[in-house]
Amino acid sequence: MSDERAGAPTGRVGAPVRTQGPDRDSATLKDRSRPGRRSYSLPPLDVPEASVPAEHARAQRAGLPEVAERDLVTHYTRLSQRNYGVDTGFYPLGSCSMKYNPKVAENAAQLAGFQRAHPNQPDHTVQGSLELLWRLERALCEVTGMSRATLQPPAGACGELTGLLIMRAHHERQGRQRRRVAIPDSSHGTNPASVRLAGFEAMKVPSDARGLVDVGALEKLVGEDVVGLMLTNPNTLGLFEEEIQRITEVVHEIGGLVYYDGANLNAILGRCRPGDMGFDIVHINTHKTFATPHGGGGPGAGPVGVTEELVPYLPVPRVERADDGTFRLESVAPDSIGRMHGFLGNFGVLVRAYAYVFLHGRDGLKEVAERAVLNANYLAERVKDAFPLEHPDGRPMHEFVATARRLKEETGIRAMDVAKRVIDLGYHPSTVYFPLVVEEAMMVEPTETETMESLDAFAEALLRAHRDAHEDPELLHEAPVTTPVRRLDEARAARRLTLRW
Amino acid sequence: MRFAPHTDDDVARMLEAIGLPSVDRLFEQIPEAVRLRGELDLPEGVSEMEILADLKALAARNRSTEDLVCFAGGGAYDHYVPAVVWALAGRSEFYTSYTPYQPELSQGVLQALFEYQSMICDLTGLEVSNASLYDGATALAEAVNLARSTPGRDRVLVSAGVDPRYVETLETYGRGAGYRPETFAVADGRGGEPDVGDDVACVIVQHPNAYGLLEPARELFGIAQDGGARTIQVFDPLSLGVLAPPRDLRTDIAVAEGQVLGNHLNHGGPYLGVIATRLDDVRRLPGRIVGETLDVDGRTGYVLTLQAREQHIRREKATSNICTNQTLMAIAATVYLGWLGPEGLEELGRQCASKAAYAAERLTEVSGVELLFGDAPFFKEFPLRLPRPAADARDALIERGFLPGIALPDADGHALLVAVTERRTREEIDGLAMALKEVLA
Repeated sequence: MSDERAGAPTGRVGAPVRTQGPDRDSATLKDRSRPGRRSYSLPPLDVPEASVPAEHARAQRAGLPEVAERDLVTHYTRLSQRNYGVDTGFYPLGSCSMKYNPKVAENAAQLAGFQRAHPNQPDHTVQGSLELLWRLERALCEVTGMSRATLQPPAGACGELTGLLIMRAHHERQGRQRRRVAIPDSSHGTNPASVRLAGFEAMKVPSDARGLVDVGALEKLVGEDVVGLMLTNPNTLGLFEEEIQRITEVVHEIGGLVYYDGANLNAILGRCRPGDMGFDIVHINTHKTFATPHGGGGPGAGPVGVTEELVPYLPVPRVERADDGTFRLESVAPDSIGRMHGFLGNFGVLVRAYAYVFLHGRDGLKEVAERAVLNANYLAERVKDAFPLEHPDGRPMHEFVATARRLKEETGIRAMDVAKRVIDLGYHPSTVYFPLVVEEAMMVEPTETETMESLDAFAEALLRAHRDAHEDPELLHEAPVTTPVRRLDEARAARRLTLRW
Repeated sequence: MRFAPHTDDDVARMLEAIGLPSVDRLFEQIPEAVRLRGELDLPEGVSEMEILADLKALAARNRSTEDLVCFAGGGAYDHYVPAVVWALAGRSEFYTSYTPYQPELSQGVLQALFEYQSMICDLTGLEVSNASLYDGATALAEAVNLARSTPGRDRVLVSAGVDPRYVETLETYGRGAGYRPETFAVADGRGGEPDVGDDVACVIVQHPNAYGLLEPARELFGIAQDGGARTIQVFDPLSLGVLAPPRDLRTDIAVAEGQVLGNHLNHGGPYLGVIATRLDDVRRLPGRIVGETLDVDGRTGYVLTLQAREQHIRREKATSNICTNQTLMAIAATVYLGWLGPEGLEELGRQCASKAAYAAERLTEVSGVELLFGDAPFFKEFPLRLPRPAADARDALIERGFLPGIALPDADGHALLVAVTERRTREEIDGLAMALKEVLA
């Protein structure tokens, strides 16, 4: 299909993934391998040769590819060109906060004093790292309204497990055996999965007609066997839980704890704080709120803050400051849940988060939330006639959930088809089919770092896809046609498992 | 410094389009009682030059392997990171993207992860690898969850030769999963045998172990399998140029710290959790898995597969809660293994083993210094017994420009664990021996 037919714009923001040359060449590195070719170079061995005992020795060389460095560079450069990142263009993947990742944070993380510090160096040789962690912990506590935090969890889901194990330790300390954790039906899948890993059972809390927690139902559901509640606010529909004080009160009344899933913290920076809403435990996704790059799927970091009462249960080691201003790692804490990571967590990611937090400061962080919410509301307004909000009476915050339900009824075109058409029009599409409670969901999070022009252009793409669905639906069924591969057979992948060369 | 691009005029036009008079009105659904009064207690924002100066000052307060000659290991090692690794893994098309939910826009990451999985299988001889976990310690916790799947077999036996930080991580994860790891003793630093009853789910052995010593892994895993338990090996990926791969050792599930594969020390993270296992386990394996398939035109492409295992589909029935993983570190590992190739992997293993053997010989020539466990075989790391507390000797050696190893609690605090990678030269090893002699004099 020609580009004209695809309707792909040229020379605009968010141009589609394209490569010059043979980009349809799907050879693996193994395919490029030739016996005897090599990249590595090592100095000649300058000590007497020694070998491992014969009974431990490897019989045959490992079957790795043999390529020249030139091959390696061409191969992975080409692969990178078959990938769309935030630096490529607009990436409104709802719930993931795909904002611009400042380059200076990369430089900071590559400073030799950080990048080449060994995790088993004694404390007195890494005072700079420890002070950075200490300052970042203080800043994150200030942003969330918590007392202390652990920076150890390497991702949000690990932060959730950390928080739930803290809940477990807290209840055990009170001599209580509790089993159930309340979770809204619109929550992220990590919440119930973490609940099970913590040895608890998930209990579904229904939403009301406004898309908010049904407080009446919550009151009836919670009882003496409830560990606590996990909640995002704004919630997964992008709506602020207006009755948040009553919600946290209901849980506290039965002795439960309330956990704040930080996925949506970007919306409220400097405007309100989970601690002030009554939350007891908060995790933060630094790769969302604080712009640490998502790395193609990771690494992230998932620091967890807690109220004063829960500080004893925080993981070890913790960074402590002595009266003389020196810092140390403290591992002795009898009530601690223990260790969540082999070392200190994703330190290099935390350096980037530090850079982002202090570049912005108090005024800048507040502006982040303001512009993120402004962008989401503006974009929602631009596309609402084609893709109405699931809950039109609520004001979305940093993201909105629209639905392609009506389009599907009218044309048979589904949210996924719209997403694929949007790819041909030059953009990464929104999240689709999440939250699970919304039919034909399109969850759009533009973030604060997009210009009005790019929002307008994306809105035009969505509106065009909507128009095409009525006028030329083949364009959507066929899409995408501008990418290195077209729609892939996922059923075949699962049926005929090919997981290695 | 701020990155939101809006001009005042933009803000005004956007508010007008929304039909609101002010930005504050966008936040009016936040109840008055929970709104932040005043400002966050943080400093004002700063410019790029200022933040970099601040961070440089902090970094300058660290010593690091940049200025100290590094003989420290203990799960993280100062291997050489070739220039090509981060020139490629650091391309922003990779690092500014996210989990490949839209495969047509993500073939780069997906194919790189497929190649990563393939190379981990090449290395270990096992049948499947996932697309990464957080780090070695959490990979072990996931492996235990995978192994504890037979009703009535709940107990987890861990060799005392397993890194204590890994065991501590298991203790934490076990609080939720409902087990307490039970340690079985080793004699002379290695080789203790597990007592495998019919209630044991798995036996964990690290080889080379936390002292750097080579374990009789094949025999220990034989005992475990004969008792009906699953076997989990914690391995060092860079040992596999010279040491027998997990498959040959009767390993069911192999986990590793993948930092050594082209990742910087980064003061402990981000690292890379490696896990590989048998095909039978694939539907219960945690984390992302990439599979090869065809597109509608019959072209080869890659997708996330077997997603019915995962939290975003299965919620509380998922095999793990992991979502964000360590993809970028896995891409670095892929480039690194491509750089090494089979011959480089072997040569690197030979150099580590030879230099460690030479270092052990030179260091034990110093009066009063001996190998903590006599002639027990090792790969690239070995424990010494010093005639004075190891932490004191370490600190004195740091003053002389060496990070000589890790002070262990063994031998009343007189044990020093020394690691030697291919980066260490004969001159540096001789220099450490000389400096050790001075500080012990």
